[in-house]
Amino acid sequence: MMTLFGDPEVWLPATFAALMGLSILIYVVLDGFDLGVGLLSPLATEEERDRMVASIGPFWDANETWLVLAIGLLLVAFPTAHGQILSTLYLPVAVMLIGLILRGVAFEFRVKAPVTQKRNWDWAFFAGSAMASLSQGYMLGAYVLGLAPGPLTWAFATLTAIFLTVAYSFIGATWLIYKAEGRLQQKAVDWAKGGIWGILGGLGAVSIASPLASPRVFEKWFSFPEVVLLAPMPLGFALIATLLVLALRHLPTKDDSWAWFPFSATIALFCLAFVGLAYSFYPYVVPDQLTIYEAAAAPESLAIILAGTVFVLPVILGYTAIAYTVFRGKATALSYD
Amino acid sequence: MMDTLLLSRIQFAANISFHILFPTITIALGWMLLFFKLRFNRTGEERWMDAYRFWVKVFALSFAMGVVSGITMSFQFGTNWPGFMESVGNIAGPLLAYEVLTAFFLEAVFLGIMLFGFRRVPGWAHTAATFLVAFGTTMSAFWIIVLNSWMHTPQGFEMRDGVAYATDWAAIIFNPSMPYRLVHMLLASGLTVAFLIAGISAFRWILGDRGAEVRTTLRTGLITAAALIPLQILAGDMHGLNTLEHQPAKVAAMEGNWETGPNVPLVLFAVPNEETRSNDFEIGIPNGASLILKHSPDGVVPGLNDFVTDDGEVLHPRVAPVFYGFRVMVGTGFAMLALSWGTLALMARRKPGATGSWLQTRRGIDALPRPVFWIAMVMTFSGWVATLAGWYVTEIGRQPWLVSGVLPTEAAVAEVPSGMVLSTLLAYLAVYAALTLAYIGALVHLARKAAGKTKAETYAPAAHNLQPAE
Repeated sequence: MMTLFGDPEVWLPATFAALMGLSILIYVVLDGFDLGVGLLSPLATEEERDRMVASIGPFWDANETWLVLAIGLLLVAFPTAHGQILSTLYLPVAVMLIGLILRGVAFEFRVKAPVTQKRNWDWAFFAGSAMASLSQGYMLGAYVLGLAPGPLTWAFATLTAIFLTVAYSFIGATWLIYKAEGRLQQKAVDWAKGGIWGILGGLGAVSIASPLASPRVFEKWFSFPEVVLLAPMPLGFALIATLLVLALRHLPTKDDSWAWFPFSATIALFCLAFVGLAYSFYPYVVPDQLTIYEAAAAPESLAIILAGTVFVLPVILGYTAIAYTVFRGKATALSYD
Repeated sequence: MMDTLLLSRIQFAANISFHILFPTITIALGWMLLFFKLRFNRTGEERWMDAYRFWVKVFALSFAMGVVSGITMSFQFGTNWPGFMESVGNIAGPLLAYEVLTAFFLEAVFLGIMLFGFRRVPGWAHTAATFLVAFGTTMSAFWIIVLNSWMHTPQGFEMRDGVAYATDWAAIIFNPSMPYRLVHMLLASGLTVAFLIAGISAFRWILGDRGAEVRTTLRTGLITAAALIPLQILAGDMHGLNTLEHQPAKVAAMEGNWETGPNVPLVLFAVPNEETRSNDFEIGIPNGASLILKHSPDGVVPGLNDFVTDDGEVLHPRVAPVFYGFRVMVGTGFAMLALSWGTLALMARRKPGATGSWLQTRRGIDALPRPVFWIAMVMTFSGWVATLAGWYVTEIGRQPWLVSGVLPTEAAVAEVPSGMVLSTLLAYLAVYAALTLAYIGALVHLARKAAGKTKAETYAPAAHNLQPAE
């Protein structure tokens, strides 16, 4: 730590781990809400479904790009780790990819194919969202348990698959509270009321399982003084969760104030959970097997990418903000005119 | 049960074959849309805006297909070919990262504005978004072609313990085959889009659509094709000479030439036989290959037998797929030449009895006999055929190397059970086949819908589209 900025072989891998973490976090929040909207789509009427799709239509593509950046950084910065992680997760990765394919093309086909096929593409939209969410949750679970094969990992990964899917549905519902109005908004509040227990349960399960599965993680959280220094995290989590439950009871309000709150609060929850996971695993890129320093690519190559990233990332964030500003406000049916 | 290496190669080939179909369309179609938009901005003629509105739908659909299949590609490196990044990741990594950073985000973000922002942003901003999307897709292609070309003609690096380290980034980016491959690919994209536009417009014409929009796009498609095909033949020839210099084994396989020597014939047709190491049923033009490759009838052309070691190890690609792929590509190219120039010649004929300037008295589209529309329609996807065939020639032609002379393909493959590769391969193939059919079906549907529109509806005033967001 003390030599953090002296030696490029130390600070470059750390920087790239942070960048990769950042893109995964942005991905989970952004594609999380649009996959969530897909998961909720069968619960809506056809007209509502059109508005739900319209609320994410201009964004999903850019949202998904954060996954490409994350995987790109993994294979660029930690070439030894990426092969190990991805070939272990071979099947869930394939399921996720097919899910993302179905979800992504369904957006276009449901409005461009003959009307008689719209139902099939709506189904593909839901199925693709579900496949992507479930497999991402499965991979998270397998990763938390150190990618060790065995029935315990499968069982736990299945559990996290369900929890992450619920969590995505929840953030999707909070997005709709923000972007929808009328009957659909009321429905979204009801969906969120049900989903919040899933997300809290899921985070609880991961928080309990990680220290139990790894003595090192246990050590990092429950030794003194860490346990005191880290206390604000679970406390902050409990506070936001309480506020969220309270807010959902009173939404939607008459003048539509506070419609933004559940979505923002959920982003905060996702961030806290993510920081917790990142703290548990640092400095490992493959839990308990391979550190970011052992897995890092050549410093010269990392420096080349970093130079570009430092310059380009703010530009990307800038025009992403422009896109969200252009499409601000309540979602109405999308048209090319 | 087939082995993991072969199955992984088939899987990668399936993924890239499916993927490449859509960038091939979006690269040039993005610029074509910008052209439509600029023409509309300048002339204010509705036909250009109608063309924009129709083709932006095709663009959106193709873009979505390209994005989702591209994401699959980025994971394939890790799941099936971990050795690739472990060995040359220091070079491939930054190139891929720059693609994502400079191109991918740009396209994805501004696509939203281009598709749905028409009434939300001022007209100039919408034109700018169209430009940024077209620019982004081209940048994307640039970085991918840089990496792919480097895999064919690697330079600017040194090997330490089996890992490549970059020594000269300029040499890596401007590797010897990059400019040729880039130009060849961009022209291929232009031709694919020219024939797609001409073909679908011809289809609408056959359905009875004689509106100003369909006449405009049909003309644009045919003229673009006629302009690009000679350039492509020239670029292809130069690319071939460059390949001869750097990858002679590939050219030997393309030519079906086994023995190095002078006076090598240009083989028009043959069945290459790797058992006897000779061609069966060969029909050739004497001295043709020597003339084309060395510009002299007794020019010495390399043969495949030079790439077999003394202990019998074969260091050249399998001959048949490269040999046939090359013929399919060139054959399609000549069909493109014939259609586009033939059509142009027919369109340029003067109206009977007309006097005055030739430019004003051309008969144009109305002079085209009916079979021409049918041929154009049949050739709608001829760009795909030529691109895929060319892609197989260059990629299979690189074998047995993943990175020429640096990394053998078999050294990069993942140690994944073959059953897993097979099951995911079958799943991908099912999805890809269904989606390709759905894509073509959707294009047909869009064309029929556009052709079925009444004249009144098609030409209803759309002036509100010019207004900025309220």
